[in-house]
Amino acid sequence: MVTKVMNWFDDRLPLTATIERHLTKYPAPINMNIWYLAGVLLVVVLVIQLASGIWLLMNYEPTADGAFASIQYIMRDVEYGYIIRYMHTTGASAFFALIYLHMFRGMMYGSYQKPRELLWVLGWITYVLLCALGFTGYVLPWGQMSFWAAQVILSLLGSIPIIGEDLLTWIRGDYLISGITLNRLFAFHVVLLPLALIAVVFVHILALHEVGSNNPDGVDVKKFKDEDGIPLDTKPFFPYDVMHDLYAIGVFLIFFVTIMFFYPDGGGYVIEYVNYEAADNLKTPEHIVPSWYYTPFYAMLRAVTFPLFGLSAKFLGFVVMAAGIAIFVALPWLDRSPVKSIKYKGIYSKFFLSLFVISFFVLGYLGSVTSTPGRTLAAQFFTLTYFAYFFLMPIYSKYEKCKPVPERVQLG
Amino acid sequence: MNLHAAGGAACGSFLSEDGLTKGECKQAYIDAKDKASLQRGAQIYMNYCLGCHSLKYARYKRVSEDLEIPLDLFQENLIFGDQKMGDLIQVGMDTKEAKEWFGNAPPDLTLEAGLRGADWVYTYLTSFYIDDSRPLGVNNKVYENVGMPHVLIDMQGTARSVCKDMPLIAENGGIKQDPLTGEQLSFKQCGFLEVDEGTGDLSAQEFDKAMLDLTNFLAYMTDPLKVERETIGTYVLLYLFIFTMLSYLLYREFKKDLH
Repeated sequence: MVTKVMNWFDDRLPLTATIERHLTKYPAPINMNIWYLAGVLLVVVLVIQLASGIWLLMNYEPTADGAFASIQYIMRDVEYGYIIRYMHTTGASAFFALIYLHMFRGMMYGSYQKPRELLWVLGWITYVLLCALGFTGYVLPWGQMSFWAAQVILSLLGSIPIIGEDLLTWIRGDYLISGITLNRLFAFHVVLLPLALIAVVFVHILALHEVGSNNPDGVDVKKFKDEDGIPLDTKPFFPYDVMHDLYAIGVFLIFFVTIMFFYPDGGGYVIEYVNYEAADNLKTPEHIVPSWYYTPFYAMLRAVTFPLFGLSAKFLGFVVMAAGIAIFVALPWLDRSPVKSIKYKGIYSKFFLSLFVISFFVLGYLGSVTSTPGRTLAAQFFTLTYFAYFFLMPIYSKYEKCKPVPERVQLG
Repeated sequence: MNLHAAGGAACGSFLSEDGLTKGECKQAYIDAKDKASLQRGAQIYMNYCLGCHSLKYARYKRVSEDLEIPLDLFQENLIFGDQKMGDLIQVGMDTKEAKEWFGNAPPDLTLEAGLRGADWVYTYLTSFYIDDSRPLGVNNKVYENVGMPHVLIDMQGTARSVCKDMPLIAENGGIKQDPLTGEQLSFKQCGFLEVDEGTGDLSAQEFDKAMLDLTNFLAYMTDPLKVERETIGTYVLLYLFIFTMLSYLLYREFKKDLH
């Protein structure tokens, strides 16, 4: 019976072939480690965000007058509304935590190198989309921080020479942040951006299954195949990876649920305290700070304190900040190393990758606190070291001495 | 610190009991499960605060249910005017007039404990003092030059900001002494609050306890479903522990094939 039904479908749609290619028989390298979990967990969080988002949408009111109250309505009067909202707020932070781990994995093991350049670029697009989703979503509760974060971030567009002011008015749809701005950010957040995200994630996975997963050794597992043409150092995705991932998802959800039910504010990082106050365009909060996942880039923005070549410091800061996010996409072409994995790369690659990680964390801290002259100096220094990882890569990755790469993957 | 500092705001020029730190809030030891405390807090709020401060995101009915106050009792004693049980908790005061009277319209307090933190609320409530230079005759250590009158002055009595000689504490925990004369050393510190004895209806301890109840009520207002949420969370975690354990065992079985 089941075979009959499947045959009926297979005659009309490559159903079995698709399932086998992308799920059950997808060959995954046997030496994948814990870093390879972020990807599957990102898919889990994507589903959580979509599901909770749809339910939030049923009671949210996208107007300047009603938005803040409708969130409180969800929190108080909607049955289990608070669970849905906390799922969504915790999910947002989890999304970024995981995507940073996922990107770092790629940087460590050279997963962006040939033939995975396009895979990396697609992943980078999902990251940019996620940043846009995070920003637009953050405005929707229409609290004080929502309003002023929108004010600060959108005003960056106003710093663009010549067209800035007009562009800003066009984007805001008003002469200041207002309900009209809220409405358009809402439309982006619930329709355009998620739609784009799902599409790009889909193509990202499609591309992954075309070129195959990289692995901690960065060796090509397709080099050695058995008589059936299946790579020797791989295992079928089902059941081995599915069982493994199920266990990992369980562990992840334990952390997720602990934050969601017991520390929903996340100490002010998941939901900022200032956002407990409704938006007020006459009252600027003492410190305007973006969500934790943007703070490294916010620190870069503030690090540029001097005008140059007739361009304002604000505009230059905006450019540096945008470059900080954009530069990732160039990695496949900056890396000239003959080896992929950091395990076999030379000392300089290890040094600069460590420097990058330190810079990222220090900038993240500096972006979350008020600036002092000392801190600004530190932010400038670490902005330079952050970019050094990228801009010096063509040199140090080409000339450093690498270790010999084994023919096949190494276990244990 | 920045806005991430636990619970929101710092406590202005509030002086700690030993006179050594300024601006650190007192800790409010409150318990969301203590229904009696919440009921007392609600009573104080409805009688003293609701005249000016709305709780406009919350409904009377929910408060009566959550705090286990019988409907008829609640309706008789805690609802004023012609408001209905299902209504949001609003005030009758006109915001325009209020702005004229106090300089600022009294804010809604539904989310105050979330915005500033319970410790801040508790410290603020206990930090009013007589200051003749202010239009209302009172000032507050936590929120300097606040436009709010000391509504609870009947309860607390009149408090004053005074100076005291505080003993200097040595590193070993004892009081520092002059090595020559053996005299105990002290330093002068100003800004302590002292209540004029006999001016309030409540003793200092009673007033403190009442303010903890009120703080507890405001914390409940910000997060009314905390108790329910944590109960559900415990069950969800329990389920996930079992699920994770079973999936681990399953994974271990399959892993045996690979080596």
